[in-house]
Amino acid sequence: MDILNAMAALTNFVLVPAVAYGSQLALGALGVTLIYGILRFSNFAHGDTMAFGTMITILVTWWLQSVGVGLGPLPTALLALPVGIVVTALLLLGTDRIVYRFYRRQKAAPVILVIVSMGVMFIMNGLVRIIIGPGDQRFSDGARFILSVREFKAMTGLREGIAIKTTQGITVVTAVVVVLILFWFLSRTRTGKSMRAFSDNEDLALLSGINPERVVMYTWIIVGVLATVAGVLYGLDKSFKPFTYFQLLLPIFAAAIVGGLGSPLGAIAGGFVIAFSEVTVTYAFKKVANYLLPGNLEVDALLQLLSTDYKFAVSFAILIIVLLFRPTGLFKGKSV
Amino acid sequence: MIAQLRAPLLFALVALLIIGTGFLQSWNTALYILNMGLISAIMALGVNLQWGFAGLFNIGVMGFVALGGLATVLVSMPPTPGAWSAGGLRILLGLALGAASIVAAIAIWNRMRPGRGRTLAMLAVLIGGFFLFREVFDGGVAAVEAISPATTGYLGGLGLPVILAWPVGGLLAAAAAWIIGKTALGLRSDYLAIATLGIAEIIIAIMKNEDWLSRGVKNVNGIPRPLPYEVDLQNSAAFVDRAASLGLDPVTASTLYVKLGYGLLFAAVLILILVLAQLALNSPWGRMMRAIRDNEVAAEAMGKDVKRRHLQIFILGSAICGVAGAMMTSLDSLLTPGSYQPLRFTFLIWVMVIVGGSGNNWGAVLGGFLIFFLWVQVEALGPILMTKFTYFLPEGSPLAQHLVESAAHMRLLTMGVILLLVLRFSPRGLIPEK
Repeated sequence: MDILNAMAALTNFVLVPAVAYGSQLALGALGVTLIYGILRFSNFAHGDTMAFGTMITILVTWWLQSVGVGLGPLPTALLALPVGIVVTALLLLGTDRIVYRFYRRQKAAPVILVIVSMGVMFIMNGLVRIIIGPGDQRFSDGARFILSVREFKAMTGLREGIAIKTTQGITVVTAVVVVLILFWFLSRTRTGKSMRAFSDNEDLALLSGINPERVVMYTWIIVGVLATVAGVLYGLDKSFKPFTYFQLLLPIFAAAIVGGLGSPLGAIAGGFVIAFSEVTVTYAFKKVANYLLPGNLEVDALLQLLSTDYKFAVSFAILIIVLLFRPTGLFKGKSV
Repeated sequence: MIAQLRAPLLFALVALLIIGTGFLQSWNTALYILNMGLISAIMALGVNLQWGFAGLFNIGVMGFVALGGLATVLVSMPPTPGAWSAGGLRILLGLALGAASIVAAIAIWNRMRPGRGRTLAMLAVLIGGFFLFREVFDGGVAAVEAISPATTGYLGGLGLPVILAWPVGGLLAAAAAWIIGKTALGLRSDYLAIATLGIAEIIIAIMKNEDWLSRGVKNVNGIPRPLPYEVDLQNSAAFVDRAASLGLDPVTASTLYVKLGYGLLFAAVLILILVLAQLALNSPWGRMMRAIRDNEVAAEAMGKDVKRRHLQIFILGSAICGVAGAMMTSLDSLLTPGSYQPLRFTFLIWVMVIVGGSGNNWGAVLGGFLIFFLWVQVEALGPILMTKFTYFLPEGSPLAQHLVESAAHMRLLTMGVILLLVLRFSPRGLIPEK
């Protein structure tokens, strides 16, 4: 029995990665859920919006690096992030003006808007591939670790180490800050309150004199911020590849639906539920088990429930289970 | 008058585009576009059945297409010697145990009284079943994959004629659609969309990782073909003579012969499915489907079993996609699970249906040909146009080089623009539903 080492291994391989991944998913799911709540459709272009924002940030990062501007131990991308956000928000506002507004005026069925968002997805995907190419890009610089395995071992004398990457630390801190600002905005400011009113009951909101176009505009701007931040954090933590971002659509939607579409709190909870189950189910528990089991019972098997290639299956299974047993999600979402 | 001529004119235009490709580029490309256009048209008919007839939002087309591809391997490849005795039966037993525990869990859920006892019993059966399944299954997999992994390392197929794989591909896709439909069809449209998107990814993940089934990412090549090989034709004296009498050299003649042969086979399948789809559309069954699509509540009040009808049409549409998938794999005689991409095999099919005209079978067929033609030609035209466009940039500038290189990705952008333009200015498609 070696509980401390088992805990350390579990923290290093499950807890830390899952918290970082969960924060990224939560930010992505918040964007999906906001569009669903206010514009009332599932935006299939969200993964590619994230890719677009990340791409702009990467380009600016490269430029900053080439002129020698940096943030020391922190990644330069943080400095480039505001530019990425502004360009993405402008792109989203432009898309809304050229594409979505027409259907909103027509009061088109949500499913038509979903198909329209497929078209936008194709365009954004093509844009990203044309501008930066379909390949893998790594753009994180600065210090690699906040806490490295060796430091941790020296500090505690344990056999197992815990490493916290800088990007993981930044992910969690940024996500917390962004979410706090978002919730403050939604609950305290006049615009935020009008957004929530619009989401709850459109007709009543219109009767109270809320300008729908203004609400929609703010929604796209916030979505631009959330998508870019989520995309950049994911790219810093892992790497940037347009196709991976497209595939993120599935866990992000799973997170938003599991939490309850339209509910911001649900999106965050859903993000962590999906992330923790993906990481837990695909982690090989051999090491942890061998620390916990007495010496003569040690196992040779990997104790891995599913291979990592099936992580989509995990988010999907959770999605189906929640939908079968609690169709509106964990937090009461909308059910249009 | 104009409206009646619209469809024939559009079809004539597409035929002209393909024939033009033959004259201006090469007949090989033209026949490639024709053959893949036929397959795309069949896939579009399948999606049109689900979306156009019944309003079901299925974006898991890729999964059903891939299952059709899997069927060609399972049906037509020769069985790997010794694989079944080494571990094949054990794999089947494992799968049966897994399925049995799921069925038992569902039975417990339906039969027992609600309460904590029911939940615990169900979880116990599922978890116990999972470990039992892994125990039996993993041993079999290891044994099968150990058989000369560089060349086989999988169970192999049944060694039957490859044409049989087409209906079998349909059946395989239908079986998958039944399972998905049973769990997900009750959901709202966007939930169904996400569910099918997920299923498709899972099917591809299974085909990439279960090496015992179809060699995973090691690919299966040399899948038997329904037509003779070009090399054999070139070696046959009779064929060479016939080619010479037409004024063709044997190499060109043999490739054209094989491609035309595929074209005829595919056209036969397309015509069969199109006739059936037209008959279905105009039958009482088709009217009922459209009634359900237009107003589910009213149809249900008239005594129509909406859930059953949805399941039925979901299975039919998916089966058609499976048949098309099997045809495509036998055209390539190669199964590469890594090449299945949702943008190409799901969303592009959707563009075909929407652009062609959802709810109209002729529209779906037209969309299949037209969009596939553009898909191929834009990739070729992109770099040419971009070279013109970057003319004013200095010679050898990195920007110009990058733009020309990335112009091949123009086709995604073009497809998006076409979809949005059609949705905006002709929302019912090129050949609208009557």
